[in-house]
Amino acid sequence: MKRFWSANNFTLTALSMLMAVVIGGVLIIISDATVLAKFGYFTARPSDAFESSWLLVSTAYADLLKGALGDPAVFSAWFSGEATWQQAFAPISETLTYAAPLVFTGLSVALAFRGGLFNIGAQGQAVLGCIAAGVAGFTFGLPIALNLIVAVVAGVLGGALWGFIPGLLKARTGAHEVITTIMLNYTAGLFLAWLVIQQGIQAPGRSDAISKAVAESAQLPSPGGVLRVHLGIILAVLTTAGVAWLLNKSAFGFEIRAVGANPHAAKTAGISVAKTYVLLMAVAGGLAGFGGATQVLGTAHALTPSVAGNIGFDGLLVALLGRTRPWGTLFAALLFGALRAGGNRMQSFSGISLELVTVLQALIVIFIAAPALVKAIFRLRASRATGLGASLAKG
Amino acid sequence: MSTTTVEEMAEVTAPEPFWSRQRHLGVALILIGGLAAVVFGSLAPSEDARFTLSEDSAGAALAINGQFGAVLFGLLTAAAGGVLLAGLLKRWSNVFLVAGILSFLLSFLCWQVAGEFMPLVDTTDGTLELALPLILGALAGVLGERSGVVNVAIEGQFLMGAFAGALVGTMAGSVWAGLLSAAVGGVIIAAILAVMAIRYLVDQVVVGIVLNLFALGITGFLYERLMQPNAQEYNQPPQMPEWRIPGLADIPVVGPVFFEANLLVWIALVLVVVIHFGLSRTRWGLRTRAVGEHPTAADTVGIRVRGLRYLNVLLGGVVAGIGGAYFTLVATGSFTKNMTAGAGFIALAALIFGRFTPFGAFGAALFFGFAQKLATYLSAIGSPVPSQFLNMLPYLATLIAVAGLVGRVRAPAADGQPYIKG
Repeated sequence: MKRFWSANNFTLTALSMLMAVVIGGVLIIISDATVLAKFGYFTARPSDAFESSWLLVSTAYADLLKGALGDPAVFSAWFSGEATWQQAFAPISETLTYAAPLVFTGLSVALAFRGGLFNIGAQGQAVLGCIAAGVAGFTFGLPIALNLIVAVVAGVLGGALWGFIPGLLKARTGAHEVITTIMLNYTAGLFLAWLVIQQGIQAPGRSDAISKAVAESAQLPSPGGVLRVHLGIILAVLTTAGVAWLLNKSAFGFEIRAVGANPHAAKTAGISVAKTYVLLMAVAGGLAGFGGATQVLGTAHALTPSVAGNIGFDGLLVALLGRTRPWGTLFAALLFGALRAGGNRMQSFSGISLELVTVLQALIVIFIAAPALVKAIFRLRASRATGLGASLAKG
Repeated sequence: MSTTTVEEMAEVTAPEPFWSRQRHLGVALILIGGLAAVVFGSLAPSEDARFTLSEDSAGAALAINGQFGAVLFGLLTAAAGGVLLAGLLKRWSNVFLVAGILSFLLSFLCWQVAGEFMPLVDTTDGTLELALPLILGALAGVLGERSGVVNVAIEGQFLMGAFAGALVGTMAGSVWAGLLSAAVGGVIIAAILAVMAIRYLVDQVVVGIVLNLFALGITGFLYERLMQPNAQEYNQPPQMPEWRIPGLADIPVVGPVFFEANLLVWIALVLVVVIHFGLSRTRWGLRTRAVGEHPTAADTVGIRVRGLRYLNVLLGGVVAGIGGAYFTLVATGSFTKNMTAGAGFIALAALIFGRFTPFGAFGAALFFGFAQKLATYLSAIGSPVPSQFLNMLPYLATLIAVAGLVGRVRAPAADGQPYIKG
């Protein structure tokens, strides 16, 4: 217990989530007119206000959990034979579906971060990944398996190109990667918006901005039906293992960590800092492009201007929540996927806007990034193992 | 932003090689000028391109044959490039660079407008209007960055300002209450940024990015819970009135743009001048720059580094919040989810492209506003040039600027570094 109350990573993460959930609850209450009305006569009958607030918030969060992990009622219906197993596992399938691209974009940001680079461009790289994978997916018409592999590789290369540019600019001219990647994000978004309405790309007979559908042989295999989960999540786990190996066991990973810890020392030790930056950004871009490819080939199946959604920026939060460790990023992506899947149910069942999930995610990461704040609020004892604050304070 | 450049670590290069930056730019200008003369000239129909001084096609106008204009201005671009390449008049190289870029733009316009007309009043008016939030957002950035706090949360401050302006403006039924609370909305985000960055030493870019998402989420959430079901009560703010200054408003083109405008236009123009003189001429400005360049030295002479940074970030919040008010109190009559759509990042681009100075940011914001206005104008006349590419212009221009192709942009030395009193 004593160890729990010291400020270790686990405690900080748990308390950050707790605070985010509490603030989210307050937001739900103050944005509900009927409950708020009961606070009008709070002094006369405080129980009324408390009861209705509790009911509102607990139903909302219960729906969030049911949408993310599964509804006990549906599980018991499955056991008694009134529902199929697919229905019982649909919520988890949703969680994994939303998590898959976030693992890739999160890994992209996390890997770059370990090399001392702040890759805000995961969004643009993911968009390029979407474009390349999508176009390859409906153009080549190769036989099964081969078509999928070509499309995925195209996506990775597209993202790698978009990561290579800021890496090269940083190495050659010293242009700060935060600025260049932000600019490239919007450039990529506008390019996609232009591309999907071009002849040969736009779906025939459609006047709105949507491309042709990706060929079935280029789609990531999925059980189908209510289960939208696809091969992408397995690829994500494998990639996490690959990135963990790359970072911790390979020579290149050592160079990344050395440059990230101290570029001057790394240069003195004979590591080419410029080469590491360029290669690192290309690899990070490739990861984000992979994420974009899973989004198109696994879920969307066609290009639209918003096909990449917010996966790049969410990946940034995921990497921070995962403390820029590969496996941590995987778990953070699963948490974000769960919040997103649960948020959908919360929106349709309790009528609480899905945007609450964005607020929760942002709050969690704000608290995680400011361990001193959480420590001050909960009067935790200081601990040696609060790595993130120190590693983020470098810029 | 802290720039640990690789170049700084590299060996010292030989001084002034033959292929200087100026000569590179000269070659580039000759190439695009020649291209413009050949491509634009051959594509342009041999009809008049009319730039009218009124809103419609009638009335006084500057007219030029489209084909002739496209070739002429293309050649002028190449000529400016030739001067740069020959290494003549080195002191004026920037003037020739700007002249070359402008005549390239005119060549492009001659091609596009040939056979059509471009109303100059409408174009200037639209440029200023689109640039308005960019000017205010970039000024907010100037305030923060010059004192050493990176502000990538301009987008979030815009959203908060727009939302608060619409909400309070509607509830109070007063546009001024809306404007005031828009400023407060911007300050809320700025305050979180300041506390996190200055007190808790969190990476400023991280806080900024997360705050953008936070603002997006919370305004979207409250919009869907409050405003959407009850727009009448919460989301119909009164609009900012346009004031006309008699006499001055009758000047052609300039008059209707600057002297028949809403208050925000004047606030923005005054702020540009005030912040410029504040930074360069006052005690506050000197201290701000000292804190942004070398906080330790500033601390040694008794300047309160953290206090000044708090002040500047919060002032920036006020300015950016007012910029957010533009979206709900001037441009459209209501708040919608994510209505700023990346304008905060264009403001950031303007700030960097304008080299962290008020007048530079102002010029960059006008340039970006013009690019956006041109995009809508060209798609209105059915031009083959896609509007998306024109909208990319701010981002690509900034990319080129930070990469040092057109003069290196240098951020304040201590930008982005938290100050720990040692």
